[in-house]
Amino acid sequence: MEEFSINNVGVKVGLEIHQQLATNKKLFCNCMPIESDEYSIKFQRKLRASKSELGEFDPAALFESTKSKTIMYYANHESSCLVEQDEEPPHELDEDARSIALIISSSLKSNIFSEIYPMRKTVIDGSNTTGFQRTMLISQGGFFNAGDMKIGIQSICLEEDAAKILGEEGSTRKFGLERLGVPLVEIATEPFEVELTKIKKIALSLGRILRSTKQVKRGLGSIRQDVNVSIKEGGGVVIEVKGVQQLDQLEKVVEYEAKRQHGLLKISKKIQENNWNFSKNDKKDITELFSKCESKIIQSAIKKNHKIIAISFKNMGGIFGFSPYEGIRLGREVAELVRFFGIGGVFHSDELPNYGIEESDLKDLKKILEIKENDAFLILASPEEKINTIVDQIVLRIEHIKDHGIPIDTRLATQAGETKFLRPRPGAARMYPETDIPPIIITKEELSEAEKNIPKSWDDSIKELESKYKINPQLAEQIFDSRYIGLFEKIIKEINTNPTFVASILCSSITNLERSGLDSNLLKNKEIMKSFQLLESGKIAKESIEIVFGNIMAGKSKTIEEALKNTSIQSVNEDDLEKIIKEVVEKNEDIIKNQKERAIGPLMGIAMKKLRGKASGEIINNLLLKNIKKKIKNLE
Amino acid sequence: MSEYSGYDGNSLEFLKTNKISIGDSVKILADITYSGIIMPRYEHSDDKHIVLKLKSGYNIGLEISKIEEIEKIVSTEKIIEENEKIEKNEQLPNILLLSTGGTIASKIDYRTGAVTPVLTAEELNSSVPELAKIANIDAKVLFSEYSENIMPEHWLKIAEEVNQYSKSDYLGIIIAHGTDTMHYTSSYLSFSLAGFPIPIVLVGSQRSSDRASSDAALNLIGATKFLTECKTNGIYIAMHQDENDETIACHIGTRVRKNHTSKRGAFQTVGDDPAFLIVNNEIHNNMKTEFFTDKEFEPKIKINEKVALVKYHPGYDPSLLKHIIDSNYKAIIFEGTGLGHIGENMYSMVKMANEKGIFMGMTSQCIDGRVRMTVYESGRDLLDLGIIPLENMIPEIALVKAMWVTGNTENLDEIKEIMLNRIACEFSK
Repeated sequence: MEEFSINNVGVKVGLEIHQQLATNKKLFCNCMPIESDEYSIKFQRKLRASKSELGEFDPAALFESTKSKTIMYYANHESSCLVEQDEEPPHELDEDARSIALIISSSLKSNIFSEIYPMRKTVIDGSNTTGFQRTMLISQGGFFNAGDMKIGIQSICLEEDAAKILGEEGSTRKFGLERLGVPLVEIATEPFEVELTKIKKIALSLGRILRSTKQVKRGLGSIRQDVNVSIKEGGGVVIEVKGVQQLDQLEKVVEYEAKRQHGLLKISKKIQENNWNFSKNDKKDITELFSKCESKIIQSAIKKNHKIIAISFKNMGGIFGFSPYEGIRLGREVAELVRFFGIGGVFHSDELPNYGIEESDLKDLKKILEIKENDAFLILASPEEKINTIVDQIVLRIEHIKDHGIPIDTRLATQAGETKFLRPRPGAARMYPETDIPPIIITKEELSEAEKNIPKSWDDSIKELESKYKINPQLAEQIFDSRYIGLFEKIIKEINTNPTFVASILCSSITNLERSGLDSNLLKNKEIMKSFQLLESGKIAKESIEIVFGNIMAGKSKTIEEALKNTSIQSVNEDDLEKIIKEVVEKNEDIIKNQKERAIGPLMGIAMKKLRGKASGEIINNLLLKNIKKKIKNLE
Repeated sequence: MSEYSGYDGNSLEFLKTNKISIGDSVKILADITYSGIIMPRYEHSDDKHIVLKLKSGYNIGLEISKIEEIEKIVSTEKIIEENEKIEKNEQLPNILLLSTGGTIASKIDYRTGAVTPVLTAEELNSSVPELAKIANIDAKVLFSEYSENIMPEHWLKIAEEVNQYSKSDYLGIIIAHGTDTMHYTSSYLSFSLAGFPIPIVLVGSQRSSDRASSDAALNLIGATKFLTECKTNGIYIAMHQDENDETIACHIGTRVRKNHTSKRGAFQTVGDDPAFLIVNNEIHNNMKTEFFTDKEFEPKIKINEKVALVKYHPGYDPSLLKHIIDSNYKAIIFEGTGLGHIGENMYSMVKMANEKGIFMGMTSQCIDGRVRMTVYESGRDLLDLGIIPLENMIPEIALVKAMWVTGNTENLDEIKEIMLNRIACEFSK
């Protein structure tokens, strides 16, 4: 096995950044993108492949349709309406999203089209109720600087975000509709050839340009990056890798993908040398033959009435296990493809006997399939209705690798920094004009308005933060890049407190808690705001903030009040409590005059408003009653 | 599609000068270089742009004034569609599919950029391969019209076409139709073809069949299953029961209405459950009576369009009614308030109409429920003035029935009698 070296293959990388816009409404209706897992609406759909404008079917769409999934959608009235349910045509394009997209295009010096055509991009995995994503190409060309590198822009699109996947059970897939239709800007760079270590810097710079507009969303899931990878010998094949979660992962993913592509070329050569061709007779139903096989996987398939199929590959002995680089094998390519049809088990000749499939089982098999010493074979089990499609897909893929090299996939980045098969790469046939929306005309006035609103550069924004809030450069960078910049400015504006203290709580303290494994998504902005208010009014101490946040981020409390109780932080001392109660009694003398002791009712309400969560109701009640009685005596 | 569809003025001039037509692959030098295919242009657009489909599949409008150079690369990549012929299976029943247009048969129209009904019945059939497993489907296009352009003359055309098949070996007939006025057509067929021996189902869709999420396929499948298994006759409308791609509701053609502008489940049987529900492979029958009161099939394909549907409302100007009377209308269907009332200010005109021998029928704008004109004084007054209460007939259905009745007879007594004769479930007893 060779050691893989990225420098020998010449890799080109392109980035695709998907950034949610902070319009607080959706692109084609007025619903707010509110995260919630309470769903009052549930409905079921099936999607079918439909033809493109040019009368063709998109390969990715056809592929999805072969999987024939039932889709369950979950929704609530707060975050979606009939538009998301595909029960009503889209409304007008949101003005805010339109103007932010133009500003972003302008700041990247991209050429904006004066006539923009909303399109339907076919996506029939269920993540869009319509079966397509509404998208429009706003501009092409342009560039930005990442340090001393000048990176070209290919295209900028304005589009709808997809629905959130909730899970998959058998042939049913579940989605929540709250995110569907949130405006996204998709920015694709020109391919560039740089040292792998610099890719992160490029992505970061682009992200910062977007954040400088202050009109893009922050926080988890608000920005996603895909990366396109092609190698010099790949014959122009560009593989799109989706779902790179962290910028730190980019380098690893690109390296793995380059290695895989280069490895596939070596596998391709080997298949060519073996002079393999598929013939119909290479496929046999072995359900009967394997009925006595003791493999657990095979037995459970037989119990479910599944079919078991074997495919032989003439002269291909050793091909599935052949590993040009570590972890790169044809066997793995096939396994990934098969897994995508919801099938667990595929065995190949280079790993058998194993998994309970014995030498004796193989002997019979080889006889029936006429398998010779240098032949290879695959065994797979699947429900009958799917099996022919799956076999076709496997053969097609291996034929493609043989004849054309790297198959044109869309792939998914894994946690480990590798990539796995997601679906065939969709082509131009996936695009269809969105007939529900007329073309959008961009006027000269709009263009010059966008020009005027080009934000300050990231460097200038940092300098502004430094001087406005008197914080050090490092903290300014941290707070600007964090999801809390909006909240930070709001806190400083509304509460007279120390910006450096607020910024370091928002950056360091929360990050520290995250590092210890806690979830910052549980800590809502509203609660953070409240905690600084409590701090300002002296109800809690500085030291308590981290403890309280930790309690919430650990999922033990939902609100600050709850957390204060749960962490038994004494929020109000007895003297203060007494003082507040006395104040309530003094201010409401009239009620006590009129209602005597019955005044406890209304006054309890008033006191609780001030003291909820800071002292128990029982204590407040007792104290209040004592003071009311005293007051009545005084009044007599 | 013409060579320059949608282009005119400067943009047409530009294409002609450069010898470029729609479908050509071109390379364009402007602010940057673009390559793609020239696409047709919508009629409402200006003459300063050309439309280009880029390699990525996106369409964009390029300003002509910014184009420095345009070069044809490969000549005419034809925008054509092929349809596979579907083989017949002798074991399966035969079904006739007539297409009249509507969303169910729609795809993009380059004249306007919106959808238009252009799919042929054949295309419709082949786009839903499941149909071929249920029945052999012969497809025929009668015309391609949107609902709102369907006129009584179209009803006649459909009825006459269908009439030819009363003795054919078709198990049933599907009519693809725009949804907005589908229930007018279904009721006209119910009256004019009363007693028709085989079942007829009108099918529409709320999402055009060029979308992956179209309801057309399931509606067609449901209708086909219904025809092969219902073992009855009558005129029905088959559409989604609700927002789920699961149950198809088959409604009595004279008791159904479109009650939502855009939802899949827009069609509802008024005041009752749908006649049939098709869930997966099961058919649930909820029919309470025979569809046709008279079993004898005797087509009466005639119509008189001089019937008015008058929706009474506070502030209705009685002189509008006078205009109807003066224009020699043969019948007026009132969509009255509540149990079937119209204001006192209308009385003198109603009297005039009655004296002129115009048939007047009362329905309710409540849509659901029966008119009952003896409960209030005003109702009794109207009865005296010659208005006939039309039970729980849906106003639009009463209109269609009156058009049909007055097309077949001019005798007022006969008109009154037939209007209250239950012919095709149009009201319940």
